[in-house]
Amino acid sequence: MAIITTHDSGAPVRITVEGSMTIYEAAEHKAELLAVLGDATVLELDLGEVDEADTAGLQLLLLARREAARAGKTLRVVRLGPALAEVLDRWGLRGDFTDAPPH
Amino acid sequence: MNLEPAPHTFIAESRELLRDMETALLTLEQSPPDPEAINAVFRAMHTIKGSSGVFGFDAIVEFTHAMESVTEEIRAGRLAVDEVLVALLLACGDHVASLIDCLDADDRLARLEAARPAGADLLQQLACYGEPGGAGQAPATDPAQPPAADGVASESWHVSARFAPDVLRHGMDPLSFLRYLSSIGQVETVVAVWDAMPGAASMDPEACYIGFELQLSGGLGRQEIEAAFEFVRDDSSIVILAPHAALPEYAALLHERAEPELGAALVQCHALTPDELAQALALSKAGGRGTPASAATRDGAPAAPQVAGPDAARARGPAEARSVRVHAGKLDDLITLVGELVIASAGVSLGAQRTQDGELREATASMNRLVEEVRDAALSLRMVPIRETFTRFNRVVHDLGRDLGKEVELLISGAETELDKSLVEKLSDPLMHLVRNALDHGIESPDKRLLRGKPARGRVQLHAYHETGSIVIEVADDGGGLDRDRILERALERGLLQAGQPLSERDVYQLIMEPGFSTAQEVTSVSGRGIGMDVVRRNIDGLRGTIAIDSVPGEGTSVALRVPLTLAIIEGFLVGVGPSTYVIPLKMVVECLELSAEDRARVRESGYVNLRGEVLPLLRLRELFDVSGEPGRRENVVVVNYGGQRAGFVVDALLGEFQTVIKPLGRLFDRLNGVSGSTILGSGEVALILDVPGLVHRMLQADAPRQPRDGRAQAGPEHNGVERSV
Repeated sequence: MAIITTHDSGAPVRITVEGSMTIYEAAEHKAELLAVLGDATVLELDLGEVDEADTAGLQLLLLARREAARAGKTLRVVRLGPALAEVLDRWGLRGDFTDAPPH
Repeated sequence: MNLEPAPHTFIAESRELLRDMETALLTLEQSPPDPEAINAVFRAMHTIKGSSGVFGFDAIVEFTHAMESVTEEIRAGRLAVDEVLVALLLACGDHVASLIDCLDADDRLARLEAARPAGADLLQQLACYGEPGGAGQAPATDPAQPPAADGVASESWHVSARFAPDVLRHGMDPLSFLRYLSSIGQVETVVAVWDAMPGAASMDPEACYIGFELQLSGGLGRQEIEAAFEFVRDDSSIVILAPHAALPEYAALLHERAEPELGAALVQCHALTPDELAQALALSKAGGRGTPASAATRDGAPAAPQVAGPDAARARGPAEARSVRVHAGKLDDLITLVGELVIASAGVSLGAQRTQDGELREATASMNRLVEEVRDAALSLRMVPIRETFTRFNRVVHDLGRDLGKEVELLISGAETELDKSLVEKLSDPLMHLVRNALDHGIESPDKRLLRGKPARGRVQLHAYHETGSIVIEVADDGGGLDRDRILERALERGLLQAGQPLSERDVYQLIMEPGFSTAQEVTSVSGRGIGMDVVRRNIDGLRGTIAIDSVPGEGTSVALRVPLTLAIIEGFLVGVGPSTYVIPLKMVVECLELSAEDRARVRESGYVNLRGEVLPLLRLRELFDVSGEPGRRENVVVVNYGGQRAGFVVDALLGEFQTVIKPLGRLFDRLNGVSGSTILGSGEVALILDVPGLVHRMLQADAPRQPRDGRAQAGPEHNGVERSV
């Protein structure tokens, strides 16, 4: 299981993504991310353990962030793995997710 | 998910480029200062290098880079082309081809690395010519242009990229362009543009919605940047603007993309200042229609004219601009479908015939005509010019001539002649044998030629033309010609001939195609082992073709291969047995005889007929295929000839010649004896195509015990019936 969701009453919902965030997992990840997003008001994304990422993975992050904003929810990236950081850098999008301290 | 297509396109196009390069190199050897040829070599290496970089094939990048550097030196006039250099570049091209071959396999990266050391030697030799550093780093290809009068302030190249939705599925991640661009220059700024991404519900997680605006510096040329996008350009939209590009160019970009956020993105990545953006927006609104890019739409638009302009058009060559690459399987499917359509429409017209409805019959008649046209058009889709096959021999003749110490030039004519793609592949082996033979056996050594009063340089000619449903390919040389006496001598030795047997010139020459037949005095590395010509004949037989050899002693030899234009069509001879119809390949039919009533009784007993003093074994198709009913009042014999063996098929009716599309039998009938395919008659009925070689072979084996011992027919009826030649 790549995505682990932790609920603590009152606390933000935390999503931990492990392994790859590539086109191979994109369909599965999209469904799970959106499902969790529907339940929570504050979301924390822990991407520290993502060891492979591509543009499809990046697009999902952009989608999740946009959907959260549209629904008036908060989405924070709390950790960023080096693979994903490189992808964000390449696309000039690192600044958009800098609420996360580097891994 | 399929990640293969992009490398496949890359492989195919790289091979094409390598072939072009080879042709260009050979031209260079003849006329060293030809700038077109030098450019072709440079272009090939440059494009392959750029695309390999995108895919991360480092071994290819490394090697093509070295070649590119050397070519750049030639292009700049700092290095003279000589035979040694051409030979080196040819060898390098071969190495690149072998690296490209590695990509076919699944473990391509491992194979590439394994193949890398093989090029080390060549790299060293290249290094002796090339400047260290070479073209890759030097801004030699496209020196910075002087700022245009109304140019923007930005000193960097601007790259605006939007990708087709399916690039990710095809294994082409836009990330690889970003990575590659930052390896050839400095990416100053990147702004991702992803406003096209739809809402969560309809967003396809495997589609690509993101594009970029990017500023790139580092003394690059347009070609180098374009090369990076070579394989994504067709279905994506890449616009490259030069440093200090004119404002109208940005205006055109804004207009073409028609994205509300694009202006902000251009300012954000420092391509435009806010002032420049305001001017560009005003321009784009005012003169949008006037800009050349206005016709292009946003998604999947063809590359804007800035890219596909004169530069790019020249780079891609004229032929490619006019053609579309289609998977061969799709064409085959289309042709199968058209075959079904022909059958279905035959059924429709049969039905229409029965109705007496004049209008319907007229309509079906014109439909039938159209269907036939569609069939012909579909078959013609698979037709390709023979040029590619021919030009490959430039290299063969060049290398072989050098190995043999002979000077030989290759003349090519009729290269535009078209034939079925599947035939092209099957012809290249036989042609190779013939060309090698011509060089080795045909063309004499320069000294000998001068002695005979011929120019020292020999000539091999490849010529192709169409002739009534066939393509004829001639391989001619101006060498010594075939030695008729020697061939006869060898044929006698090998027992292929009886002494005193009269033979025409052509028949004598046919003898050299017997297995193991060689008149060469010595065996060379190239040919002379007596294998070759029989292989040629077997291959051509397989294509239902013929070979004619002409030779004049001292003046040369010409071999003409005549092959049907397509394997999908057969010239057949229709015969009827009871209610069934069969097709015999016309090429194998020798003559037709009528069996008289009294002959029939005797023939039924003996199973053979005396045809002008020779035993002709007979096969009754009625019995073979178990056709019910009694034979009609008349029976006919179709005499066929395969591989020198004659046999007769007994049939009821002779229905005449018939050109038809062959439909292969399904897998269920794979092992069916005596039938090689089927076809659909105009009536919509199915007719089986007889497998003549198989039937003749079977008959001779089965009939052997029943044949008279002395091999002459004595009891058989002397046949004096009506003879009809076909």
